[in-house]
Amino acid sequence: MDPLDIARWQFGIVTVYHFLFVPITIGLSAIVAGYETAWVRTGHEHWLRLTKFFGKLFLINFAIGVVTGIVQEFQFGMNWSDYSRFVGDIFGAPLAIEGLLAFFLESTFLGLWIFGWDRLPARVHAACIWIVHVGTLLSAYFILAANSWMQHPVGYRFNPDTGRAELHDFAAVLLNKVQLATFPHVVLSAYLTGAGFVVGVAFWSMRRTRDEEDDRRMYLRAVRTGAAVALVAALGVVVSGDVQGKIMTDVQPMKMAAAEGLYDTTDHAPFSLLTIGKLDGSTATNIIEMPGLLSFLGTGHFDGEVQGINQLRAEYRRTYGTDPGAAYYSPGDYTPIVPVTYWSFRLMIGLGLLAAAGAALILLATRRGRAPTGRFWLWLAIAMPLLPVAANSFGWIFTEMGRQPWAVFGLMTTAQAVSPGVGAGTVLTSLLAFTVVYAVLAVIEVRLVLTYIRAGAEPLPEPVGPDDTDRPLAFAY
Amino acid sequence: MELTTVWFCLIAVLWIGYFTLEGFDFGVGMLLPILAHDEVERRVLINTIGPVWDGNEVWLLVAGGATFAAFPEWYATLFSGFYLPLLLILLALIVRGVAFEYRAKGHGVAWRGRWDIAIIVGSWVPAVLWGVAFADIVHGVPIAADGEYVGGFFNLLHPYALLGGLTTALLFLTHGAVFVSLKTDGPIRHEARALAARLGILAAGVTVAFLLWTQLDSGDLASGLLFVGAAVALVAGLVAVGAAREGWAFCGTFVAIALGVAGLFVALFPDVMPTTLADGASLTTTNAAATAYTLKIMTVVAAVFTPLVLLYQSWSYWVFRRRITVEHIPADHAPATAR
Repeated sequence: MDPLDIARWQFGIVTVYHFLFVPITIGLSAIVAGYETAWVRTGHEHWLRLTKFFGKLFLINFAIGVVTGIVQEFQFGMNWSDYSRFVGDIFGAPLAIEGLLAFFLESTFLGLWIFGWDRLPARVHAACIWIVHVGTLLSAYFILAANSWMQHPVGYRFNPDTGRAELHDFAAVLLNKVQLATFPHVVLSAYLTGAGFVVGVAFWSMRRTRDEEDDRRMYLRAVRTGAAVALVAALGVVVSGDVQGKIMTDVQPMKMAAAEGLYDTTDHAPFSLLTIGKLDGSTATNIIEMPGLLSFLGTGHFDGEVQGINQLRAEYRRTYGTDPGAAYYSPGDYTPIVPVTYWSFRLMIGLGLLAAAGAALILLATRRGRAPTGRFWLWLAIAMPLLPVAANSFGWIFTEMGRQPWAVFGLMTTAQAVSPGVGAGTVLTSLLAFTVVYAVLAVIEVRLVLTYIRAGAEPLPEPVGPDDTDRPLAFAY
Repeated sequence: MELTTVWFCLIAVLWIGYFTLEGFDFGVGMLLPILAHDEVERRVLINTIGPVWDGNEVWLLVAGGATFAAFPEWYATLFSGFYLPLLLILLALIVRGVAFEYRAKGHGVAWRGRWDIAIIVGSWVPAVLWGVAFADIVHGVPIAADGEYVGGFFNLLHPYALLGGLTTALLFLTHGAVFVSLKTDGPIRHEARALAARLGILAAGVTVAFLLWTQLDSGDLASGLLFVGAAVALVAGLVAVGAAREGWAFCGTFVAIALGVAGLFVALFPDVMPTTLADGASLTTTNAAATAYTLKIMTVVAAVFTPLVLLYQSWSYWVFRRRITVEHIPADHAPATAR
């Protein structure tokens, strides 16, 4: 096998795997922080129990998110060294700043939060988890700024002497218009994900505790606060996604064309919900079509013109010459793999909307303290944490695969980015090692999460007396 | 001072932060099967580093990110060239990090035993391999004229590099044993101190041999002075161990590691990765660096935020300053079904 193919698979696997946990971390840290704040302000023990219950689930998820994140930083050097040489001047800065501003904040204050229950005053303790949340947001900002630059490079100059892209305007990189749309979209999706997790878990737990009136009321609070967050977040996801789609149509028209499998430039372009056929421009048969919707998504007008793959391909060939990476990715020059972009785009939108609908249904069904029974509701509780996670993954698959064959749009192809000195066997070793370790960890993680969900929120411990150096720690590993 | 030199110093500082801090939590992990005789004692050891190990590890992430930003050529050559050792380190850090969190989340001898192995192996592997990697960097490796490493895996494992690995492993073991004696009380504290004394003598011998070899191989006056300082600090730390002054002992091993790493970077300068090939190209602070503009931005960010990081990390060490004993370990509340 070609080292490039293996390196691409590796990047895809480790990145998508890492991003299963990231949105839960971002969303759940905010919700846990909210619960602890509610406890500090009201003194109601329900909020404290929810803080600890979801706090444990958060930590199980966070641990795996952190360790898989370490790989992200080093794999650019390992597998994509020519990319690192070419863009290090620009891409390295947000990465380093992410570490300095965000990772230190998250790790230090999470340590304080986990172990500090009896060491810090309640308000300071609650502030620690808020700081962790701010750390996750900062982290998201800088890493998305780096990614947005790959989608739409700005603020740089190509230096023919050094043969690399060099930073010219850092503010332009941080305020890239793609970034300004991507950051809210990703963060709001993360809130939807965290909230979906809370809704699903609390709703399922509530159904089991019909005999314990107090617990039932506690879970109901979690269900309804979670569903409210999910709905607000979902609205934001739709709005920011719409803005993002228009910017994408502007700066990466090929990605939008590939999202619909639109081969010829069309005004009043339709959006298909489903299609059969090969999506190669020859036999595509759209089953359900929404006339004008793609035009609206891309341009804001139902009769706006959306460029097609064939025209764009010709245009790119004129601008950039023959695509050196064509052999690797696509049926033709400068075209991403259309079935992947077509389906991942639909799954992202569809699963996200389903999650929002699920949250709305549960919010309706739990009015006045009701806890609906029946298989449908059981399945919905199980689906609520999974739908947004899957939507996030497909979103990333779409946005990264849709950029192909470019690593940096218009500047460097993925084929040019790969490490020239690393052989196929070496990359394959690491691909297999990471995949096996990640698979094992996934099984363990899911089983732990399920165990802790089944165990439910613990009752509060006996209150302890004044500070005494001999009493056991409030929390220890 | 040139900005490239400033960034060389800053990256040295980040690695010093990483080795002095994660050094002791690696040591604690490596000593888990030696210092702890039962489950409660194992939990005592793990809890001495529980609140801080993750923050310590971030020094590595920032060192990596800063190298990417300030010296992209160095980052690209180093991490693609040292691919397999780095892969082993990453795998070790993955299972180790998860182990700290997950170990306590389940019951049973089998569950906890497996995570203990993850902690122990996950601590030994990087403790040895970082020493190997730094010895290779300082000594030089085959780098072709285009800046690519052309050596393969086994080129990295010559006697000098292996001595480097042994040095970091022994230093971290000693540093960890001293840390345990500083952070615990009762029998573990005394046992850790006695172990630190024994390990320390071994570590001092190996460290002096490695630093001497380094000095003869690639040192200059400044690196020589730093190495002497490191040896003096290490011996002073051991004297403090003998006198049961654990705070001073920890300062001793801390300063010894800091000065030793500083000396390695001084010996390296102005190269960042020298080549051993006659027709190859050494990477230097100038030919591997990012542009002045990037370095300027990074300098401002580092100047503002590094003191802040030091401040709140110090505060977290202050919050958890108390010694931990077996009496402090609460009954565990893990649900019974997690196996």
